[in-house]
Amino acid sequence: MYSHLLSEFTVQRMDDRCIRCQVCERQCPNEVHEYDKELDRMFTYEEKCVGCQRCVVMCPAKALFVRSHPSEYRMNASWTRDKFQNLKKQAETGGVVLTGSGNDKPYRIYWDHMVLNASQVTNPSIDPLREPMELKTFIGRKPDTLKINMDGDVPKVESELHPNITLKSPVLFSAMSYGAISYRAYKSLAMAAKEFGVMFNTGEGGLPVEMRKDYASNAIVQCASGRFGVDQDYLNSAAMIEIKIGQGAKPGIGGHLPGEKVAQHVAQTRMIPQGTDALSPAPQHDIYSIEDLSMLIYALKEATNYEKPVSVKIAAVHNVAAIASGIVRAGADVVAIDGIRGGTGAAPLATRDNVGIPLELALASVDRRLREEGIRSKCSILAAGGFRCSADVLKAIALGADAVYIGTAALVAMGCTLCQKCYTGKCAWGICTQNPYLVKRLNPEITSQRLVNLLKAWSHELKEMLGGMGINAIESIRGNREHLRGISLEEWELNVLGVKGAGE
Amino acid sequence: MNGLNMKFGWRDNFMDGLRPVRELENFSEINGVRAEIDAQGLKHKELNDLLFHLVKKGAREISIKNVFGQRYIGSRIFLPDAQDKVKIDVYNFPGNDLGVFLGGHYINVHGNAQDGVGNTMDSGQIVVHGRAGDVAAMSMRGGKVFIRDNVGYRTAIHMKEYKDKVPVLVIGGTAQDFFGEYMAGGKVILLGLNLKKDEYHKAHYIGTGMHGGVIYLRGNVEEHQLGKEVGVRQLDDSDWEVVTKYVKEYCGHFDVSEQEILAGKFQKLLPVSSRPYGNIYAY
Ligand code: SF4
Ligand code: SF4
Repeated sequence: MYSHLLSEFTVQRMDDRCIRCQVCERQCPNEVHEYDKELDRMFTYEEKCVGCQRCVVMCPAKALFVRSHPSEYRMNASWTRDKFQNLKKQAETGGVVLTGSGNDKPYRIYWDHMVLNASQVTNPSIDPLREPMELKTFIGRKPDTLKINMDGDVPKVESELHPNITLKSPVLFSAMSYGAISYRAYKSLAMAAKEFGVMFNTGEGGLPVEMRKDYASNAIVQCASGRFGVDQDYLNSAAMIEIKIGQGAKPGIGGHLPGEKVAQHVAQTRMIPQGTDALSPAPQHDIYSIEDLSMLIYALKEATNYEKPVSVKIAAVHNVAAIASGIVRAGADVVAIDGIRGGTGAAPLATRDNVGIPLELALASVDRRLREEGIRSKCSILAAGGFRCSADVLKAIALGADAVYIGTAALVAMGCTLCQKCYTGKCAWGICTQNPYLVKRLNPEITSQRLVNLLKAWSHELKEMLGGMGINAIESIRGNREHLRGISLEEWELNVLGVKGAGE
Repeated sequence: MNGLNMKFGWRDNFMDGLRPVRELENFSEINGVRAEIDAQGLKHKELNDLLFHLVKKGAREISIKNVFGQRYIGSRIFLPDAQDKVKIDVYNFPGNDLGVFLGGHYINVHGNAQDGVGNTMDSGQIVVHGRAGDVAAMSMRGGKVFIRDNVGYRTAIHMKEYKDKVPVLVIGGTAQDFFGEYMAGGKVILLGLNLKKDEYHKAHYIGTGMHGGVIYLRGNVEEHQLGKEVGVRQLDDSDWEVVTKYVKEYCGHFDVSEQEILAGKFQKLLPVSSRPYGNIYAY
């Protein structure tokens, strides 16, 4: 069938600069560039271009430009270009439109409609370069009261303490499974988490055995509906366990790692045959109620001798506050909430772009609900889905998060350009692929350094902003909405967020 | 508990009022590698605390009397030496998730079991002298489970295998709906011994979404009871070898006649594709 689709991108090569080195040809997994020896000419197949910008960055002569294709349909506010293109694609294939990474629709980003406070005159600001500033964060259940007895001069904690994990900074790497991402990308996350003193999340693809010795103590391992790679050693080696109920990019649906991505080592880690589709059912079939969830939470605690906090991750959906309350009452030590802008390796476009609610609203209402019910201290809240900078992180903590998960931001630090083609297995940056030729583009030694740099920079910015408010510990801003003000928000939005309008 | 701001109150059925192990020791007796527990009145966690405590003291053959609904029996036992195995006899009625994540141990249940027998079990063996509830052998990835009578709904969902690590589930009776749904590996044998002559198996949606593994089914099912990802085949020699081997083991556990079982009509259900949902997407 002759395709009616317009190209998404146009590739321009400045021929006077091009030295025919063929770097672009080798770099492009989509076969956009081709060198013709006889004519000594580079040919371009721009209809295949996904706009990943790999060739542009790699071209030694800086001869390439890739930009949105200039051809346009007639302006139509209702029939936008992507609506057109997706419909045509479906007319040509009869299939579900797949996509990768996070929601790109212009839903209101509340981080951009809230501003932070700073102290002037009355409460002196603090310079983090000269004075100590605490970002250390503990994740897990806290006791309701702390009873301390003095044993002579030595204070002794009498209250029962629950298992907690310690983070040097309130930023963790979100669940990205080995299989969805490459071994080198996965290892880069693990190395960076270890070096910086935070955690990475294995997703549901298991934790390769050879990595356990060095990295398991910085791993949050998932137990999801596919139960891939879950055994006692996996659970007991980790720092924390997370039950994955849902994911912000695709609430209510399961996962589906295509057989092409289930290479030998991926198969071994997941303990399924090579080349078969790794299907994660939509629900966990032993969880149809809060009572069932409770059963799995305690099964995991049993299997790990009650030594690890257990987290439950849900997508932000309409009744998220009530669900979160149920989760805490079911025995979870941590509630992780993933908002509508959370990323994914593969999801149906219709779901990614239309299902779920923004994290900011979900987070604020969960935090408020748990406070109202007097059970906020029973759990930590991890917020996920669309964090782009340290200011987003700080605003989330002021809205009630204990720490945040970053996924897309970490990928971008590794090289990702949000081309949204993760599901094709042809990631030009070597991240979302199992193709050995592409995977080699990442060097964990270097890539992990980019991630560490990111954490370092954000942590420093967090300290600067805290210092500006006259606060010297991240604990003091947690859930402290007085330090937030809303800008151009409706009253209902201010109410849900629990913040005042600017100037109030 | 400070009780402030409590809108709905807080109650933790599971963790409240637990006694420490030293108080629980009265409920047990240990004699070398043998030990006995009287589970009467023990809470879920207390029983498992005590069980693990006895294992740490050297017990390797433990019988638990008066079990009445306690969950997760056997799951806590995680021993550094993978060869070090524990044998547990459970009298009579264990609770949900018996042997969930079980790592290599042997559990013999002298009575009925509830939901989640062998859930996500890794290795070892569970034998149930009675029936089992829903989601038995869900996501099981190794080891063997033998159930003398019927099982409930969603049995063997998403069972999986890797190379020579192949879980085996043998059921003497029949099963309810969603049997073998999403199965990705493993061997399941459903014998239907308690069905009347010419009576059909009860389950619907057998093997829906199945993309690996095999179900050997003795007796009759109608085509509409099967998921559309399932194909029906005759058994070949290697299939008979498998069936004979595990039927023999089943008969050994429950003292029934092997000939009679093997004389029945068997059929083999297997997935028609390892990628059932390979072409529903527009790339
Ligand atoms: S990488 Fe740049 S210089 Fe090399 S062939 Fe491609 S366009 Fe020309
Ligand atoms: S991970 Fe790779 S394929 Fe996915 S959006 Fe980023 S650059 Fe594209």
